[in-house]
Amino acid sequence: MNDLLPQNQIDSFKAKATAMAHPHELIVDVLRAIQSHHNWVPDAGVTLTAEVLGVSPVEVEGIATFYDKIFRRPVGRRVIHVCDSVCCWSLGAEMITEHLQKTLGINLGQTTADGNFTLLPTCCLGACGDAPAMMIGLTTYGHLTPEKIDALLQKERAAIAADD
Amino acid sequence: MNPYPQVLFKNRRPGETILLPEYEKTGGYLGLRAALKMSPEEVCNLVKGSGLRGRGGAGFPTGLKWSFFPADQPGDKYLVCNGDEMEPGTYKDCQLLLADPHQLVEGMAIAAYALQTSVGYIFLRYAYEECSQRVERAIAEATAAGYLGRHILGTGFDVELHVHRSAGRYILGEETALLNGLEGRRPNPRSKPPFPAQRGLFSRPTNVNNVETLANVPHILTHGKLWFQELALNVESAGTKLFGLSGHLNCNECFELPLGITLREVVEDFGGGVRGGKKFKACLPGGASTPYLTAEHLDLMMDFDPLEEVESRLGTAGVTVFDENTCMVAVTRNLNQFFARESCGWCTPCRDGLATISWLLDQIENGQGTEDHLAMLHGQVRNIKGRSFCALAEGAMGPVEALLRLFEDEIKDHIRKGCCPFV
Repeated sequence: MNDLLPQNQIDSFKAKATAMAHPHELIVDVLRAIQSHHNWVPDAGVTLTAEVLGVSPVEVEGIATFYDKIFRRPVGRRVIHVCDSVCCWSLGAEMITEHLQKTLGINLGQTTADGNFTLLPTCCLGACGDAPAMMIGLTTYGHLTPEKIDALLQKERAAIAADD
Repeated sequence: MNPYPQVLFKNRRPGETILLPEYEKTGGYLGLRAALKMSPEEVCNLVKGSGLRGRGGAGFPTGLKWSFFPADQPGDKYLVCNGDEMEPGTYKDCQLLLADPHQLVEGMAIAAYALQTSVGYIFLRYAYEECSQRVERAIAEATAAGYLGRHILGTGFDVELHVHRSAGRYILGEETALLNGLEGRRPNPRSKPPFPAQRGLFSRPTNVNNVETLANVPHILTHGKLWFQELALNVESAGTKLFGLSGHLNCNECFELPLGITLREVVEDFGGGVRGGKKFKACLPGGASTPYLTAEHLDLMMDFDPLEEVESRLGTAGVTVFDENTCMVAVTRNLNQFFARESCGWCTPCRDGLATISWLLDQIENGQGTEDHLAMLHGQVRNIKGRSFCALAEGAMGPVEALLRLFEDEIKDHIRKGCCPFV
């Protein structure tokens, strides 16, 4: 199970859950921890969450599939969420999305062949003043232009290469 | 420069967060000190008398909400801060938390005392990781300084605050869905009644307030209700409001402005006017669920009641402006796609109705629309309004209704020409 979540985190969640009146409270936290470690949440991640917290896997699955930022299918090393809500749309989000699709060679909902990037649409990121905006991982970038996107992707590719 | 009194943004500097020492230097935690010298009822009455109304969109009087809370009921009770802020066009809470998060912490400590709850949750959306970290740091600082924790400031009162990081979905901003989310249940909304004040988090009495609402509370305690009332330009209103500007303006920033300021002043003086010297066509005055305002509304006061009089709402005061070249059918389609995608699917009017409206707007925008489609659009609105389980679909009808009321000619133009006249 260690490729899903390091043992020390498992132990820490278990200890917290035991001390809590409502261990369900931690379901989203455990799912997010697994995702942050394993990149996405496979079936075994749902089972592990249920075991760690002493809740039923069905309850965990009901939650995991509700939230759009929990990934129940494999994603690339970096997930790009591009905003398509009204403020970004009014300032060219369609062009920005088009540029991302063209540059990455994938459509929304797909992952690049090298496994580096997954491109997903998202609703408003709360960066309306900086529209158009997108999120890579947990970092939001605004005032996007094709040039800025190219530079950001370059930076991420370099960071991924350094990790490998 | 902004000539109006700055309360929530008085310490705001680009790229910085105010830490505890500076927060204290600028009057921080004086409100909590003042509150702890009063009885909980007195705090409640002061907030009630200040005229503070909820800043999360509904505009419900905060003190009145607090007065419904069974503060003297024994057992667990909870205070929850709604920081889900996911309505397109709304980014004010993020700006507030990035700049000066102790205001929320202090506001929650005061609210917890007024409501006699000892546990508070701050619910923050997935995209606000930076806010979450800054709020956690503020909580740690406040706890170390004795403003939170056991026996705060030497009194017999305890209060602890927890940050909950969510994982996406707009429906979590609906307060009962948010409570399910906090509990670790599938976050569909719950039926009301019972209201959260009776049966909320873990079936216990719970009070839910927005970030900006709670951040106003310390200032009311420090400076009094008359001071707070006089901040507004509208004599019937009270306080400042954070206005997040977006869309086709020259300056898309978040400003703290008095309630009752005219839309014209917001758009022209603070937004720097419409980009490219174009004309103002319409705006969402307070987020994606608020019915459009047009150029004829520019001299209206941006405030709760004046906007309701013209069938719109102040909402969250996230003002999204559209220039004269914007197709309002396309805007409404975009907004409706958002609501349709974020529908939790619990009730039929929302799950099926919003999808149908998306399809109808698609047909019209793509030039395949007919008079029948227009009639169906009216029919869908009638069938959805007042029939959905929670406020999501109701809110989604705001812009659709406004499209039909204010821009019916534009819809008919699409139908007549067989294409979008703006492309």
